[in-house]
Amino acid sequence: MDAILNPAAAARPAKSRLRTWGPLALVALLVALPLLPLPNFWIIQLNYIGIYTLPVLGLVLLTGVGGLTSFGQAAFVGIGAYTTAYLSVNFGLSPWLTLFVGLALTGISAAIIGGITLRMSGHYLPLATIAWALALYYLMGNLEALGKYDGILGVKGLTLFGLEVGQQRVFYAVVWTFSLVACLAVIRLLDSRSGRAIRSLAGGSQMAEAMGVNTLRFKVGIFVLAALLASISGWLFAHFQRTVNPSPFGLKMGIEYLFMAVLGGAAHVWGAIAGAGVVKLLEDQLQVLLPKLIGTSGSYELIVFGILIVLVLKYLPEGLWDFIDRRLPRPQRPVDWRDAAELPARAKPAAGEVVLDVQAIRKTFGGLVAVNDISFQTRAGQVVGLIGPNGAGKSTTFNLVTGVLGLSGGAVRFRGEAIGGLSSRAIAERGVSRTFQHVKMVPDMTVLENVALGAHLRGRKGAIAAMLHTDRAEERELLREAERQLQRVGMGEWMHELAGNLAMGQQRLLEIARALCADPALLLLDEPAAGLRHKEKQALADVLRSLRASGMSILLVEHDMDLVMDICDHIVVMEFGTHLMEGTPAEVQQSPKVRAAYLGTEH
Amino acid sequence: MDFSIASILTLDGLTNGAIYALLGMGIVLVFTVTRVIFIPQGEFVAYGALTLAIFQTGKVPGTVWLLLILAAVAALMELVSTWRHRGRAAPALVAAARLFVLPAIVCAVSAWAAPRNLPLAVQAFLTLCIVTAFGPLVYRVAYQSLAGASSLVLLIVSVGVHFAMTGLGLLFFGAEGFRNPSFWDDRFSVGPLNLNGQAVIIFLASAALIVMLWLYFERTLYGKALRATAVNRLGARLMGISTQSAGQLTFAMAALIGALSGLLIGPTTTIFYDSGFLIGLKGFVAGVIGGLASYPGALLGALAVGVIESFGSFWASSFKEVIVFTIILPVLLWRSLTSAHSDEDH
Repeated sequence: MDAILNPAAAARPAKSRLRTWGPLALVALLVALPLLPLPNFWIIQLNYIGIYTLPVLGLVLLTGVGGLTSFGQAAFVGIGAYTTAYLSVNFGLSPWLTLFVGLALTGISAAIIGGITLRMSGHYLPLATIAWALALYYLMGNLEALGKYDGILGVKGLTLFGLEVGQQRVFYAVVWTFSLVACLAVIRLLDSRSGRAIRSLAGGSQMAEAMGVNTLRFKVGIFVLAALLASISGWLFAHFQRTVNPSPFGLKMGIEYLFMAVLGGAAHVWGAIAGAGVVKLLEDQLQVLLPKLIGTSGSYELIVFGILIVLVLKYLPEGLWDFIDRRLPRPQRPVDWRDAAELPARAKPAAGEVVLDVQAIRKTFGGLVAVNDISFQTRAGQVVGLIGPNGAGKSTTFNLVTGVLGLSGGAVRFRGEAIGGLSSRAIAERGVSRTFQHVKMVPDMTVLENVALGAHLRGRKGAIAAMLHTDRAEERELLREAERQLQRVGMGEWMHELAGNLAMGQQRLLEIARALCADPALLLLDEPAAGLRHKEKQALADVLRSLRASGMSILLVEHDMDLVMDICDHIVVMEFGTHLMEGTPAEVQQSPKVRAAYLGTEH
Repeated sequence: MDFSIASILTLDGLTNGAIYALLGMGIVLVFTVTRVIFIPQGEFVAYGALTLAIFQTGKVPGTVWLLLILAAVAALMELVSTWRHRGRAAPALVAAARLFVLPAIVCAVSAWAAPRNLPLAVQAFLTLCIVTAFGPLVYRVAYQSLAGASSLVLLIVSVGVHFAMTGLGLLFFGAEGFRNPSFWDDRFSVGPLNLNGQAVIIFLASAALIVMLWLYFERTLYGKALRATAVNRLGARLMGISTQSAGQLTFAMAALIGALSGLLIGPTTTIFYDSGFLIGLKGFVAGVIGGLASYPGALLGALAVGVIESFGSFWASSFKEVIVFTIILPVLLWRSLTSAHSDEDH
């Protein structure tokens, strides 16, 4: 019970033995298997599973984490396979060279498809990849140079330092080295600055963009990365089978890869291996069993797969691996960042300097004027409140300042620079940070990781650095800053908790800490006190006061009048999109106009 | 290429395009009302064509048994869920019977009619009834309980349904292909054009269905209710529109469109158990050209797809599929450059 009321009090092991030793045990098992007197048949099965793991791992990244999906993985496998088969058979190039040619071709095609479709809403990517997979399939099947539907025969096996790799035990070592290295790379990627950005994609782009994440770039990035993993798989496939033809690269296989990811657990790296293994073994059994049962041969396993997909999504939407993952204790992240260097901070405006200058901004939706020539200023070390009855246009004003909506007229200047018309990402880069009226966070990341997302723009290291772990020094600096900002809003003890477990008030504080992580000169808070209890409101007021004392300029939209009157230096009142009045809290409180706006006039 | 070849190709393309237009509109319809990207649309085409083909041989089509099984599964699911929800047996039985009775009658009539070699038109009508009955049942069994899920999940469900329906098609129809007899064998010459009866029927039927859909959505309360559901599901529910019935009705219409397309295309080409998929996907390309939202857009897109396909098969016959499916990329590029912003769908 205590654990439910106060999750921080629950025993949180610093380490989970299973989580540390589990992957190592898996590696040990995989190393041991070929040394055992296992029949070659099983080694070959395991080779297939390893080869399938790669494209499925790409889907874990793309679908399970990024919330996008593709039916084109098999087509990218095909590009990798055909490239190496064609070049090594016709030109005698070394497979170790053609691997990179295949990767380049795959990367370019994925970048083009992703670049074209990912600007639009999510369902265009799967549709485009379906069309692309079909087009490529028929292209491979009809090109004379690629041997039409017969494909390319006589592909040579791999050689390593003059040693023939073969198809069984040595090949097994090659396949699983690639697969496990890829798993490790994806795990490292997900636990990094880029990884946090990727994990924020599935929740919609607004919050990520406000934190300075270039969501389009990351979406295209994970699509390309998934395709590259598929390409490596195709390269292995070609040199394993010693022949390529279009059939394993058709749309059916593309759908099967997606099924492997969904069944295994699309949000977990280890789910890729689980899914590839279960589906491959199941398929083998069904291909023998069903024709016997029915009496004629045919791909009847499709029926079982189809029904299974629907059942899994209904009753086991997180997949098989989640079943295990849920039962393992979730270890705390080891705190290794306390002595990291401090992140460089931007030059702050001098006290009293005008930070935000809003000049007659206007927003029309068709014939409706939602914001009608609103002007106000905020200064460094000042809290400005923006109040008004519901529907007054406060949130629209907010969205105009932060670049979520485009201006219909007027100008917004931030520290002297015109920012009207810039994207919300570009505005965030200049030092404007915000929270959201409806909390937007990544529920399955810890509080600390969510807050560190706010420091995205203060880091430089990318995906490759994360995979190679050369980003660790910077990562420690980012996490140190995240913890510091959490302490600042009084949330330090919650940093290891999953953000989805927090109460509403804590979620709002998390958003403030995340906004502070960006080292802003202007902080925009959209109803930060909504859902907060009395004590929490007092704590919030204290936080805002200390921020003001440190020279921050704050623009506050809030309905809680006690809080507004208590901490604002200056208040702007809006009604029906227009500027009603502005002044000190005392002036606003005494204004009959404001009273009339909120309560109506006496007659 | 001279004028007569070009005119033949254009006519041929427009004929196929008319069928793609039907399918494209079915896909747009399902997507707007239920957010389901309905990959299995093409399976109904194959089911329609093959059901009629089996009727022609005087046997009971496998779809009849499949329909009976599916109706039983759907009724069972309805029984359990209503019983749990309402806690009493009587309404649960009524709800289950409502799903089961109509398909069962269709099955009984079909089984009775099959060996009697009735006229083609009657068999065609029975085929439409059988395949249309699949629509609501497929929605009930696969989609209804997931109606609130993200469109990504619904898409993956669609893929599962496509797999299952293709496999079941193989099971119930076998791997053999069929070509149906023409509904109308006459040929006419209109100036330089040679029209055959089947093409005329395709044009007329497509046009009639398009007009009927338009009337339905513009002039009837049910049609307006579906449009309301498409715009805002929650709002529609608050107005007393059942999104479940809306979903089942939409799927029935999609199945009807698929079956009709199957009947129309059956005499022009040999249909196998898995032929529907490619035909349906061409409807998809048409739907995407219309942005999955615009019916006239889907119609124009479909005619374009048909014409491109027929010219493609003349110039580079082995690459016609490559050409048809590659045009989606420039279309998407054009759409992404013209649509101002990526939408925030949360």
